[in-house]
This record gives sequence, C-alpha cells and structure tokens, in this order.
Amino acid sequence: MKAVLFGASKGMGRALARLLAARGAQLFLLEHQVEDLESSARDLEIRGAATPIKTAYCDLLQPATFGPALDQARRELGGFDTVVVTAGLFASQEKLENDPQLAAQLLAADFTNTVLFCEEARKRLLGGGGGTLCVFSSVAGERGRKPVILYGAAKAGLSRYLEGLDHKFRAQGLKTLCVKPGFVKTGMTVGLKPPPFAGTPDEVARRVLKAMDRGWPEVYVPAMWRWVMCVIRNLPRFVMRIIKF
Amino acid sequence: MSQQPYRSKLEGWGRFPVVDGLVLKSENLAAITERASLSRGLGRSYGDSSLPARADSPVADTTLADRLLGFDPASGLLRAEAGVSLLELNRVFLRRGWFVPVSPGTQFVTLGGMVASDVHGKNHHVDGCFGEHVRSLRLRVADSRIIECSDSLEQELFRATLGGMGLTGHVLEVEFQMRAIPTPWIWGESERIANLDAMVAGLKTAARDWPMTVGWVDCLARGAALGRGILMKGRWAEANEAPDKPPSLKRRFRVPFQFPSLALCKPSMKAFNLAYYWKHIQRVRHGIVHPDSFFYPLDILDDWNLIYGRRGFTQYQCVLPHADDNGPARRFLELFVSGGGMGFLCVIKDCGAEGKGMLSFPRPGMSIAMDFPIHPTKTPALVDRLNELVIAEGGRIYLTKDTFTRPEHFRAMEPRLDAFNAVRRKWDPQGRISSAQSVRLLGDHA
Repeated sequence: MKAVLFGASKGMGRALARLLAARGAQLFLLEHQVEDLESSARDLEIRGAATPIKTAYCDLLQPATFGPALDQARRELGGFDTVVVTAGLFASQEKLENDPQLAAQLLAADFTNTVLFCEEARKRLLGGGGGTLCVFSSVAGERGRKPVILYGAAKAGLSRYLEGLDHKFRAQGLKTLCVKPGFVKTGMTVGLKPPPFAGTPDEVARRVLKAMDRGWPEVYVPAMWRWVMCVIRNLPRFVMRIIKF
Repeated sequence: MSQQPYRSKLEGWGRFPVVDGLVLKSENLAAITERASLSRGLGRSYGDSSLPARADSPVADTTLADRLLGFDPASGLLRAEAGVSLLELNRVFLRRGWFVPVSPGTQFVTLGGMVASDVHGKNHHVDGCFGEHVRSLRLRVADSRIIECSDSLEQELFRATLGGMGLTGHVLEVEFQMRAIPTPWIWGESERIANLDAMVAGLKTAARDWPMTVGWVDCLARGAALGRGILMKGRWAEANEAPDKPPSLKRRFRVPFQFPSLALCKPSMKAFNLAYYWKHIQRVRHGIVHPDSFFYPLDILDDWNLIYGRRGFTQYQCVLPHADDNGPARRFLELFVSGGGMGFLCVIKDCGAEGKGMLSFPRPGMSIAMDFPIHPTKTPALVDRLNELVIAEGGRIYLTKDTFTRPEHFRAMEPRLDAFNAVRRKWDPQGRISSAQSVRLLGDHA
C-alpha cells in the first residue's frame, strides 16, 4: 500500500497511520505544522512503515497547497493508491456563534477546502487506476443538532459529496469511504464531557481499517454510533427541539 | 481549543483523595508543560503524587504525547515521548524481541511516570530500577527552559529526577536501553511456601538462579503460618521451549460498577487469600507462562480499583533492611494483622542495591506491599504505626503508593531528603512545580 495521509500527526489520523505503519505500508505525510512533522514520521517508521517517510507542507486553509503537495507525494512514492483525510477543524457551537470569522474559517476548511482537496486526490487516484479515498466526516452531519449546527452543516455537505463520489466513480476503481465518527476522545474533544459510547482513536482506527480493507462506502465509529444515529435520524422535530443532544 | 485548561476530577489509582483540578492536554507536550505545575500520565500512583498542589494550578496530562522518536535495532536504545504507555511499548516491541529493562506490575503507566517513580520490578535483585537504564532525559524545568540531562550533563538534575516524583521538572522525552529477549514468553516456576522464614529463604535462594522473582503473601495468616504464600520465579523462555506464535493480546474485562464498601469485609478477604493459597495445590508448578500473566496479572481487570468501593483504598509499601532472623518483616506483618489491617494482595520481594535516583525507593532489604481499603480514622492510625516501625527498623516507604504518611515520619526515614530539596531549590527557586504530595510531605506551599 502506498498511502498519502493528510492530518496524521494527531488523534484518529495518528492512530490510523500507526496501523498502516504496522502493516509495512509506504506512507507520505501532509501537514500544515511542519516543525514537528519529522517526529511523527520517525514514530511511524519505528512502528514498521517503509523507510524513509517523506513529508510535505499542506494547509487545509490554503487550497493552493493541495495540488503541489499531492504531486510531490506522487513523485516520492512513485504513485499512490490510498489517500486518507483526517485533517479538519472543530470548535464549539457557542464559540462559532460568537466569532463569525472563526465560523467562516471552519465552514471553508471542513466543507469547501476538504472537497477541493478530495477533487485533487480523486483525479490523481483515478489517473493511477483507482484506489481508496478515505475521508473523515462526522455523525454531526446526520441531523441538525443544537450543539453542532455549523460544524454539522459542513460535515453534512461533505458526507453528501463523498456519497456522490462513490456512486459515480466506484465502477472506475475508486472506492470512497466516508468515516462518521461519533464522540471520540482525542485532543480535539479535550475538555468536553464524553457521552455514552465515546470511543478511543485506537478502536476507531481498527474499524476504519477494516472498512478500507472491505471496500465499504461508509462506516460509523465506534460501531455503536450507527444505531445511535439511526435513532437520532428518526426522531420527530418536536423532540429534536426539546433535547439538548 | 486543546490548549485551554479544563476542569476535571483528578484522583490516583486508590481513588482517594479526589480533587477538582485543571488539566491541560495536548499532543504538544512542550507547549502545555510551559503553563503546568505538574505533569501526570495515566494516574496509576495510588495517592496524591499526581494531583496538583492547588485546584487552580494546571496539570499537564501527558498521555497524548506518545510518539516513539528513535530506535536503534543494533543497540536497543529507544527514545520516546513521556506519554507513551508501557502497554504500547509491549505491543510494538515484544514480538520483535525487545522488552523494557525493568517493568512494574502494571502496563498502564507512562514512560514519564516510570521515570518519576523510578519503578522497580521482579528483576530488581539483578537489574535495579528503571532509572539505571535511562541514558538521558529531556526536561522542561521551572523557569521554562528545556534541558537535556544525563549522567554526564547536569548529572544532579538527572539523578534527582529519577524517582523525583515529577518535582524537578516535566519529563518530555526519555532515552533508555531496551533489553533483547530470546522469545516473548516466560518460563516460570511457582512454589507454595509455608511461612515467612521459608519465604525469605526461598526468595534469597531463587535470586541466585532466577532473574525474576516475587512472593505473594497471605497477609491474614497468623502464628506459625505467618508469611505463608506463593513464591514465583521466572526467566525469558528460550526458542526451543516457547510456542512458535507470539503471545496474543489478552482479553480484558471491566469492573462494571463501584462495589459497595462492605464487599471487602474480613471474611471475603480471608476467603480470597485462602483460595489463592490453596489453588496452588501442588507444591511446585512450572511451565511456559504468558508474559502478561507473569508481569501484569491484575491488568486483565480494567478499573479493578472500583472493587474497593466509595472510600477507595491505599497501598502501603516499604522496604526493610535484611536481618538474619527476618525480625523486621515478621514484626511488620504481625503489626499489620494486629492493627486491623486486611488486604487482598501482599507482595514481598528482595531488593538489590540502591540505585542512582536521589530519592529512589528501593534499597537492599525486603520490600513488602499491601493493598487495603481506606477507613477514615483507622487507616491513618495504622499507617502511623507502620511508619513508626519502619523508622525503627531503618527502612523507608515508596512515595508512589503513599497517601497518609506524615512529613515528620517521612523526614525521619529519608536522610537523602536534604540533598533532593537542594536540587529542587536550585532549579525551581520559586517553587513553581509541586504536587499535593509535595505539599503534604515536603512542606511546599499549598
């Protein structure tokens, strides 16, 4: 496997990268914080990834960096068959409501720019005969919910886009996987009170890897969230207006 | 977002005391330690070692800083961030033929914690503490500088940090020597032992032939049976003895809820101890043992501390100098039993030489550790009496397990304390780094 990982230095991206490393995959890391990126690369090498792991600067807030970064990955790896996107922004609904600039940034990063990145990645994957495009969306996009209105709206758009990609390009060999994590205890959710069925990055990564191996178009992680969201999706509006979740 | 401190209930493994603390948690350990008064890893120290001195002084949670930074497969030298857990190290390295040089009795500890407690294990009589195998440390000291220290660089700071309970600075990175092992399996032998004299003699004899030894003692047995138990010995299995497959990950079980405090009454403890002793019906057993069962028998139960109920529990661990008649250990066990102490687990182990950690716990002698539930009045009184005996015998206690010791008792058993305090004052004149334990025992400002 030759995989390009966007956002693998933290949280669920880090956990998934480690599982790929343990399989001896060839990895290429994209990140906007480059100072510390070498340490993440060494970590993955020690855990079994093919050496040396190369890296490139890529910033989710700057779409102009996407194409060149992916081209560099293609040159260094000699083509790639997997792209994993775990990069994304998160902020609480309260913060976003009070800071329109932050809201604009988050909406751009989690929807527009992620989609633009996927477009660049898709073209290169299809050009190489197909492969897997694994993108982390969120269960927040499943229903308009009070604590995640803006974040959820961006993720809803992203999930729909990924669904469309899968419908259009699977026949040409491009498997699109939309990952929908529920609450996962990572650096991103530090300080938030974990609800029931909160997951750990490691258990999320194991299930995502299984989904990648089997070519699933969509996966809820932890698995329990599939049923939680099934209930949430079917709650009548008057209930959604009352509950805080 | 991740670098804003958040409120969280903090407690050690004994679940007493509990504080409502402020926590900083991020992959970027260098950033969060700049503002923290203490670092904490997985919180497996029993008492107040990992708790902040004040509710408003933030604690850096290191567990997201868990990267391996460098490994030399030729020499076994490993460098890693302080938050990496022993569980993770074992998962990555055991099947490749490497193991940590010294392992405590649980995998749920971080490298930073192993340094701060200067942990010891079943191989202490040959290999000493973890600190003996640490090459260098990267520390964030109180004035916010980052210092690399080792035996040749800032030696004093280095040695004060080994076993220094995190009070000399925040450990950011640890470089240490891993050990090459022939297979990831253990060849073990266990023996039923009738009394204390036989246990001590057994440990001493076993120490000559076995790299790893430990004894479990039925701490409710009295009289002639005082000190009876099971003696366990082990070594790494050779390739021709071990199964071909690497050991599988053991399935873990959860303790689903906090037990009522009454669950641990004297009869239930007695039953447990009796069953554990007589389960070993043959006098001697030997064979191939899963490394997790050998090193971490209790790790199979997640959250087993809930068994002790609402009031929590503590562990008392001390080391008593050797004596020909085993008097110190005998007097200690007698005092424990007569003082109303009752415990599930009592572990006895002969310690080797004192290490280079300035405040490191082990010294030549017998280490005895026992868990017991906390009673609001009886437990502090019992700990006082045990401490008085330990002082009289010339022994000392293990800070990582301690919750109730008085400062004057600690001072009486620690002639090394002045030297340690001097290093702390030199690197932290304003007292920025402290813990609830250092307030209780070392006179730090609350």
